[in-house]
Amino acid sequence: MSDKREWEERTYRPFVAKSPERPVRFESLSGLPLQPLYTPEDLEGTSYAERLGHPGEYPFTRGVYPTMYRGKLWTMRMFAGFGRPEDTNARFKYLLEQGQTGLSTAFDMPALMGYDADHPRARGEVGKEGVSISTLDDFARLFADIPLGEVTTSMTINCTASVALAMYLAIAEKQGVAWDRVGGTMQNDMLKEFIAQKEWICPPTPAVRIVTDMIEFTAKHVPRFNPVSISGYHIREAGSTAVQELAFTLADGLGYVEAALARGLAIDSFAPRLSFFFDIHNDFFEEIAKLRAARRMWARFMKERYGAKKAESMRLRTHTQTAGVSATAQQPLNNIARVAVQALAAVLGGAQSLHTNSYDETWALPTEEAVTVALRTQQILAEETGVALTIDPLGGSYYLETLTDQMEAAALEYIRKIDAMGGIVRAIDAGYPQKEIADAAYRYQLMDDRNEKVVVGVNRHVMKEERPIKFLKIDEAVELEQIEKVKAFKAARDVGKVEKRLKHLAEACRRGQNVMPVLIDAVKDYVSLGEVSDVYRQVFGLYREPIIF
Amino acid sequence: MTAARTVRVVVAKPGLDGHDRGAKIVARALRDAGFEVIYTGLHQTPEQIVATAIQEDADAIGLSVLSGAHNYLFKRVLELLKEKGAGDVAVFGGGIIPPEDIAALKAMGVRELFTPGTSTQDIIRFVRENIRAAA
Repeated sequence: MSDKREWEERTYRPFVAKSPERPVRFESLSGLPLQPLYTPEDLEGTSYAERLGHPGEYPFTRGVYPTMYRGKLWTMRMFAGFGRPEDTNARFKYLLEQGQTGLSTAFDMPALMGYDADHPRARGEVGKEGVSISTLDDFARLFADIPLGEVTTSMTINCTASVALAMYLAIAEKQGVAWDRVGGTMQNDMLKEFIAQKEWICPPTPAVRIVTDMIEFTAKHVPRFNPVSISGYHIREAGSTAVQELAFTLADGLGYVEAALARGLAIDSFAPRLSFFFDIHNDFFEEIAKLRAARRMWARFMKERYGAKKAESMRLRTHTQTAGVSATAQQPLNNIARVAVQALAAVLGGAQSLHTNSYDETWALPTEEAVTVALRTQQILAEETGVALTIDPLGGSYYLETLTDQMEAAALEYIRKIDAMGGIVRAIDAGYPQKEIADAAYRYQLMDDRNEKVVVGVNRHVMKEERPIKFLKIDEAVELEQIEKVKAFKAARDVGKVEKRLKHLAEACRRGQNVMPVLIDAVKDYVSLGEVSDVYRQVFGLYREPIIF
Repeated sequence: MTAARTVRVVVAKPGLDGHDRGAKIVARALRDAGFEVIYTGLHQTPEQIVATAIQEDADAIGLSVLSGAHNYLFKRVLELLKEKGAGDVAVFGGGIIPPEDIAALKAMGVRELFTPGTSTQDIIRFVRENIRAAA
């Protein structure tokens, strides 16, 4: 009998017989069963070198860099964007003054869906969920006085990411910053849009083609730029389990690799610039295990499946964000505690970059006060707690390593299924990940409804009278002001030039030419984001989602 | 002739907002509770939603908005229903909606608004107790 079984029979079970354990589910948030205890036996038969390896070495389980946070702390990157470009510019400057180390831009829904502020479909939505951007003029105001050669900027934008990249490069040029000095990240992960975030223009095949154009273009001309941030965040927020998030995110990554290889690019020419983005939810150890499993799995895929030679191609570098869905509208200050614990998980999981949510985000975009607390939470972790002083401090934990292996095995099952379906685009066409997520979300909600899962302040420790908090309201005048600005700006353009650029863009789309050079010229002649999107709509057609619920 | 037909609810996502987790859960919960549910899918204009409701002879429309555009979108759906002579279709909804907006939207004619943390049971109960199938 194993030593652990002996302990169970000798000490544990007799004790439980007299003094029962709490009546809760002993399973991870993803439903993985948990044993009462993990011991060295659980790690027997595994090789340290094969499964973990030292930091900065294959398979990178313990971290992608040799020094990790001893060399450089994670980037503190608060996602910000609301109202007019100048409102967001002021928030950017405030965050930089407060010690934030990178920028992250939230765009409003019209910009994200390919409509200018003056389009009828933008009514009611301008500047609400992010910053309003229609033309290069808006972009210039957004980044006014921010040195693009020094600060890296992340942009959460997808089906119109090509326009944002074109505008960003045009602004850098105006600032006199050469493209090879420009660093940053476009989210630009269209596959997860179809799966989870649901912002799209055209169907998956042309959408992935534009992503591939950007991968190809940045590999050649903007080498410090991450052209895609392969995102599990939205998959998780849409209701997936941690295992599904891990699986579908890596499957999406494999989808981009396949597309870039089909374009004729060599794996080591683009793989080093593929970056990732994961959600950090409530289950502390499961989230850490997820990041460690993701690194190991990606390194193996790159090396074994695609024959990557460069270590950089095998390194899964990731941004992380605390879980928006875990925040509660009830007793909102409790979210500060949730965010702190999730942020700690991101750090112990070896993330390269982190956004901490603000406590008021179930109500609105964050106030300056709320976002400051969220940023300070990261600074406290980095500078007061000592967790950044040694590399992968939890490596070797019997529990964590076992959980990492379990998550990897469960995620590989999903990836095998997707491979068998012919890859992720086919799987999306069949509605497979969408259905898996909808089912998981429904199961999660039912657990909530039946009080099988404790949510402090919502179904446990509820307070009848709650003190209201102040939250940010976007002035309705912002919309009218942006509409007027965009209209005036468009009226002042050289219409002939705009039409010529749009024609060139449509031709590039039809002929399979890389759209990026044409787009950069177009935005410099003040072609708007909505006009580019109209070309995509005309040439590629509109995506219609399968209705799954 | 007294047996009324099943209550029919259109669950809709108006505007550009892609957060459909809640809408899908509510659609499924109402379906599992025995109602007839039509889910419109994402990115619907108020015009499309009202057309669907009329075409499907719906008794209620449940709107889900998490983008902050609720004031415009709910109002527009109510206006269009009246214009098309379908003012008897009950409109309820949910999302990230601040208390003062809830009061204003209810005054405008929205029957109920559900905010984060609501149980699906509360929504089912609301539909069961407040929505009647048209004769």
